[in-house]
Amino acid sequence: MKKTGKRVIPGLNLTMGVTIAMLSIVVLIPLASLAVYSSSLGMKEFFQVITRERVLSSFYVSFITAFVASAVNAVMGLILAWVLVRYDFPGKRLMDGMIELPFALPTAVAGIALTSLTSDQGLVGKFFAQFGIKIAYTRIGITIALVFIGIPFVVRAVQPVLEKLDGSYEEAAMVLGAKPAVIFRKVIFPELMPALFTGTGLAFGRCLGEYGSVVFIAGNKPYYTEITPLIIMSELQEYDYASATSIALVMLFVSFLILFGVNAIQAHNSKRIKGGNS
Amino acid sequence: MEAEKKEQSQLVKWLLIGISVLFLVIMLVLPLFVVVTEALRKGWEFYVSAITDEYTIKALILTIEATVAAVICNTIFGLCAAWALTRFHFRGKKILTTLIDIPVTVSPIIAGLIYILVFGKQSFLYPYLQQAGIKIVFAVPGIILATIFVTFPFVSRELIPVLESIGTDEEEAAALMGAKGLTIFRKITFPHIKWAFLYGIVLCTARAMGEFGAVSVLSGHLRGVTNTLPLHVEILFNEFQYVPAFAVSSILVILAVILLVIRSIVEYRGKKET
Repeated sequence: MKKTGKRVIPGLNLTMGVTIAMLSIVVLIPLASLAVYSSSLGMKEFFQVITRERVLSSFYVSFITAFVASAVNAVMGLILAWVLVRYDFPGKRLMDGMIELPFALPTAVAGIALTSLTSDQGLVGKFFAQFGIKIAYTRIGITIALVFIGIPFVVRAVQPVLEKLDGSYEEAAMVLGAKPAVIFRKVIFPELMPALFTGTGLAFGRCLGEYGSVVFIAGNKPYYTEITPLIIMSELQEYDYASATSIALVMLFVSFLILFGVNAIQAHNSKRIKGGNS
Repeated sequence: MEAEKKEQSQLVKWLLIGISVLFLVIMLVLPLFVVVTEALRKGWEFYVSAITDEYTIKALILTIEATVAAVICNTIFGLCAAWALTRFHFRGKKILTTLIDIPVTVSPIIAGLIYILVFGKQSFLYPYLQQAGIKIVFAVPGIILATIFVTFPFVSRELIPVLESIGTDEEEAAALMGAKGLTIFRKITFPHIKWAFLYGIVLCTARAMGEFGAVSVLSGHLRGVTNTLPLHVEILFNEFQYVPAFAVSSILVILAVILLVIRSIVEYRGKKET
């Protein structure tokens, strides 16, 4: 594939120039400012801020709700992708289009709608209140909002892989007498694993940083339903940029870790597929 | 045995479809239903007066401005980045690709924070900006910058895979025959990427008009000045003006549904042509 010799296609200088310039102005310089600003903070101060009890508990709340929501999304995303690819039924195209709703619907709107739905007077909230389960203003509420935000990530990651899956292995397994459950576990699932991980990883990353949909449903009680982005926000409102930056750095570090993990899975997987073909 | 197996797989099929429908109805349909019913709870006239309120209109205009700015900016960037990344080989390509993707992995709150650090009071740029009379933080330029940031890779991400898969043979042939860069792009490249291009713009529009976190950090929440529609929803909701909040939300819901329909059409047409 590697091209040698003279470049014939024009436009390298122009497009590269615009790309680098815009990337620097919009992304790199502002991000660098985060690094510059944080280097002016002392190590001690940094650790003091991020080990404050309230901050630590916000890390815990953010992590646990995002984790549970991603687990739910992994299962539901897999089922939805399966249904959309493998079955035919009336309204399928509508269903397929709807999956994207969380991408298109502003998060604040989703937030207030879910809050009013799950509060004690809401349609869903009323039902669960009978059993003494509160959803809005609890961690369950946060998790629900994050499930809403994350679901398209998983479906859209798994769907194309499932569409391209070669049916002949399944057929072979069936002819050899394997039960459907066994075929799914041993033949189909291993093929879907990388895509499922990628989608869930992206959803998890998005959930950790989510603000708009969570802020309404969470109730924002310290130590209970206060998520990390909210802590950063309240530090900013008090003009305490040092604390806000310190906490943001921790979050940024975690999201880069996730990005790195997802990329590693993708790279590993594409190598595996390419290796198999040639 | 065969019949039994078939019956069983039919059962699984309808069970899974049932679970999916139930999930989607509760998670996606009911919230939309709530927005509509709550918005109309005090009647049609109240609804109309809520959405034609002076501050709502001003917020709508600012939302449109920020969205248009983000779409134009990121379309230019998307075309250039996709061309540079798929048409040439150079060192550091992987790093560049990763850097472009940063904005989608960063929390919107952090996106707002970094602009405050660059342009806010404690920045070394601040005195110069003030001298020049430029206000960015807690003003409209900040909101536009934040919107551009969160949707930054949306167009390029759609274009890169398509450009990669069509290869460069046709363009090289055209270039060797003496066609100019712009002609090559217009006549050869663009017809291939038309639908991916539109798709990227639709996604960019959807995200830009709904951005909340990053804009919220930079806005300062001045009614009628730096309030976008989503921020206006927040203010109304926090003032317990639920019906107006949902009425304003309904504008955003309508826009979102329109965008989803366009998205489906674009995707369908794109698939048909390839």
